[in-house]
Amino acid sequence: MSMASDTSGGTAPAAQAGEGTSQIPVLECRNLSISYFTRAGEIPAVADFNLTLMPGESHGIVGESGCGKSTVALAIMQYMGRNGRIVGGEILFNGRDMRAMSEEELRLLRGSQIAMVYQEPMASLNPAMRVGDQLAEVPIYHEGASKEEALERARAMLESVRLPEPERILRSYPHQISGGQQQRVVIAMALLSSPKLLLLDEPTTALDVTVEAGIVDLIREIAAEFGTSMIYISHNLGLILETCDRITVMYSGEAVEVGTVEDVFEAMRHPYTRGLFASIPLPGADKNARPLIAIPGQLPLPHERPPGCNFGPRCDYFKAGLCDRGEIPMLPISGDDRHFSRCLRIEEIDWHAGLGEGIGKVATEKGDVVLKVDDMTKHYEIEEGALFFSGEAKTVKANEKLSFEAREAETVAIVGESGCGKSTFAKVLMGLEEATAGKVLLGNVELGHMPVDRRGPETISKLQMIFQNPFDTLNPSHTVGGQIARVIRKFGVEKDEAKVQERVLELLDIVKLPRDFALRRPRQLSGGQKQRVGIARAFAGNPAVVIADEPVSALDVSVQAAVTELLMDIQRENRTTLLFISHDLSVVRYLSDRIVVMYLGQIMEQGSTEEIFAPPYHPYTEALLSAVPIADTKVTKRHIVLSGEIPSASDPPAGCPFCTRCPYVIEGTCETEPPPIREFQPGHRIACHLSEETLSAMQPVIQIGDGTEKGDKGDEVSPAAAAESARRSDA
Amino acid sequence: MAVTSLSPPPVPLLKRLQKPRIAALIFAIAWLPLMAYVMAGDQLGDLEQYVLVPAIPAVILLYLICMAAFRESWIALLGATLVFFWFFIAVAAPYLPLIDPNKPIAPFTTPLTEKSGFFFWLGTDFKGRDMLSRTLWGCQRVLVWGVTATFVAYVVGTAFGLIAGYISGWWDEVISFLANVLLSFPVMVLFIVILNYLGPSGFNIVIAVTFASAPAIMRIVRGLVLDVKTRDYVFAAQTRGESALWIMVVELLPNVRGPIIVDACLRLGYTTVAITTLTFLGLGLQPPDPDWGLMIKESAKTAMLFKFSYMLLIPALSVSSLILGFNLMADGLREMSLRD
Ligand code: SF4
Ligand code: SF4
Repeated sequence: MSMASDTSGGTAPAAQAGEGTSQIPVLECRNLSISYFTRAGEIPAVADFNLTLMPGESHGIVGESGCGKSTVALAIMQYMGRNGRIVGGEILFNGRDMRAMSEEELRLLRGSQIAMVYQEPMASLNPAMRVGDQLAEVPIYHEGASKEEALERARAMLESVRLPEPERILRSYPHQISGGQQQRVVIAMALLSSPKLLLLDEPTTALDVTVEAGIVDLIREIAAEFGTSMIYISHNLGLILETCDRITVMYSGEAVEVGTVEDVFEAMRHPYTRGLFASIPLPGADKNARPLIAIPGQLPLPHERPPGCNFGPRCDYFKAGLCDRGEIPMLPISGDDRHFSRCLRIEEIDWHAGLGEGIGKVATEKGDVVLKVDDMTKHYEIEEGALFFSGEAKTVKANEKLSFEAREAETVAIVGESGCGKSTFAKVLMGLEEATAGKVLLGNVELGHMPVDRRGPETISKLQMIFQNPFDTLNPSHTVGGQIARVIRKFGVEKDEAKVQERVLELLDIVKLPRDFALRRPRQLSGGQKQRVGIARAFAGNPAVVIADEPVSALDVSVQAAVTELLMDIQRENRTTLLFISHDLSVVRYLSDRIVVMYLGQIMEQGSTEEIFAPPYHPYTEALLSAVPIADTKVTKRHIVLSGEIPSASDPPAGCPFCTRCPYVIEGTCETEPPPIREFQPGHRIACHLSEETLSAMQPVIQIGDGTEKGDKGDEVSPAAAAESARRSDA
Repeated sequence: MAVTSLSPPPVPLLKRLQKPRIAALIFAIAWLPLMAYVMAGDQLGDLEQYVLVPAIPAVILLYLICMAAFRESWIALLGATLVFFWFFIAVAAPYLPLIDPNKPIAPFTTPLTEKSGFFFWLGTDFKGRDMLSRTLWGCQRVLVWGVTATFVAYVVGTAFGLIAGYISGWWDEVISFLANVLLSFPVMVLFIVILNYLGPSGFNIVIAVTFASAPAIMRIVRGLVLDVKTRDYVFAAQTRGESALWIMVVELLPNVRGPIIVDACLRLGYTTVAITTLTFLGLGLQPPDPDWGLMIKESAKTAMLFKFSYMLLIPALSVSSLILGFNLMADGLREMSLRD
């Protein structure tokens, strides 16, 4: 296979990087090509990859799954496994070719100069060793420090990664601390060897948003404080914007666009980058006026890449005879700082034309109340710590006095992080758990105390669910058509066998899948296609209410847009009530009419989408809004980072559940007394001890500017609220 | 709305035969006659002579299907070849030109010699019966009873495993407790106790093997079910109001099938050992019909002399080759299942 490297060598970023700077780059990849060798032959994973990382610089790599971004990181670490190999180009670390280094040199380099942080913190921690000992190993091993000295350095490092009670953490085993704390320990471990280069591979993907915001903050500080160069791999453009100076966008094994974050975000010059931005819900997007635009088609498999431009089959500007002729080099964009794009038609494309504006859709009229949740409470009794005798029974307050309504054709979002009780709520609604107190009314049927085996098919079919994980939602042993048909038969939508089959095919049409998928098994489908089948299955029984539990969060960005739009369209068509469970406020803002914010089993705030996103805020909503990364350089945010972690639901605080992390906690009041519910507008309710005036005096968290002011600005916390908190707190 | 044709594209014959339903049908054609022949040969009357005829092509076809399905793993191919060799011999034995296995002709004839007008490839035993014929006939009973016993153990073990894993709660406590009690006996002790109580016969071996193996199978299935039942598709079925039985059989069982099949191949090996050992101890199948365990038992004394050790070695090697076949097949299947 001929490598593109020969053609693009002259224009590669690497060739120009050195100009004007006397420093040697910390890391340089030149025309790097990586392949995996399997029984099926050579599979090219990455081709012609160039990257120059100067000291102190942070470089983001974004792309969807399968684009080769993690392969690049593994190649830099030289962890290619048995069947991966670098087949072309070179990786220079401080000017030395890593491929020429001996195994021993590499090992030393990996320990002391290059460190990597993985998505899953437990992958880097030894579960059988105390955190302190693991951290101390680094200075002992690499610098020959004494045990005391090493432990002292470990303690100091835990402090600089902002872990409270470092002494306690040093003595704990990894499983005794939370996921966010584990990730901080891993970062501390990486920093202890004072590496020149830190590789972060999706370091916050497994964490909750407010915890993620803390880690992102930390990463930014590290860059400033230690001068470490970083490579940050992520699928989230917003995170890259918050952490990096430069960015590489990858598609199908190639870098398609490289440049400073400002250039790429504001003046992107590759159709794929543009498509990516059009498919994520930025604050300006609106489900009716400016719907998301998905990138058509699918990522090609590594051995089925088209000739010429890999993005060709999905590109609106594809020109036969030009784009499919041969390998396309990275071309420089004149006027910008080291900005390159792998597109031949940069000059011809009108980059200012809006994408698909004017495909506006008509907003639907909301109907009557379909679902009414009234003071619904769900407690679990658990017994702790007893093997033979009943221990002390504990009550987990999974849901505490939830009240809200959902109307016909309305989308109500339930927003919250892990432990907020949204899955328990879904279980009660679906009849797998019984409510402890309160009511859930669907029409006029009381569901809270009616488990699913006592519900008639009529009731069951009115309430269906779409699940989060596309790999779990379908039974791998049965055909797609069979699984949809089962629902149709079970709910008695159609009786006649021929009609059932016909309805299956109709449903596949509705979710825009080819009809012959009916005979396929789930493993032959991509994640997005499985999710579409999941939607078809949920709508097969003509439900009145559909609960969607993070239906797109496991999908790639460009697929997310398509699935989200599909869901919206079907909802519009059927006037279904959608309960959309999510932690992602960007998506929620885009598609929901009303929002319910939950924390530790209680509703903190609820109101229409506009009300939630504008002051007055509940302090938790304020923090949540600030934590969500937004991939838009024009947006400025107030910067509120919560300390600590979400408490366990089995041991919630007695008063306001948020009091352990609230920046405005009124000491003496919030911990002990449940907060009053204040109604600002009809339907906009906030549960907080702060006075109405204080809440009303809050500043907006997110502001859309003209892009001239960069970064965060404004007060971090709301001054009025801070003042009231100080005034009313016990001395 | 017009319904487009859903007929799948044409596939090669061998591929089509690999479809579970067709393969199962061919297996039934091969297996059921053999089972009838061995378990109830006396009742068949005249039919006995012909009953195995359709089984012969079925076994060959089944072997070809396995070859095609296992072509990715030479270990599985080797294992399947050994197993199918004995399977073929079992169904073909009545039609092979063999000397009557129960007819005493010339005692203590060493292999490859001619005596009394017969040529003995593998010699004769102490009663003068042809070893070759006895060895080939002997595989029938081991195979039939071994497979039947393992199958019954699996049905029982899987059923309890599904219940314990899926319904959990009290069911789980009771079933797991009983399983632990049974597992705490050494397997051989359990066999001997049960067979002493029930008396030696093929059907009682099935019962004994079930008691001894089902608890372990139950634990494997229960573990698999505990994992699979947390999947969203099970949750979807529950919220659809499906019954527990339906969820266990339709949603769970097909997804725990893979590891169970691998384990079943291994366990077929154990069961073969167990049945041979039981027969050797006089607790299993009874004389005079040929059986490997019986042959080992009967020749145990005479084989002390090196000259006559072939009487013991031949059936012993036969047992080993069958067990090896099952084990290799299990290894190969596991290897293949790990690949995708
Ligand atoms: S080279 Fe052609 S096909 Fe590829 S991105 Fe540019 S315009 Fe589209
Ligand atoms: S101010 Fe008090 S009541 Fe309000 S959110 Fe903070 S801790 Fe809760």
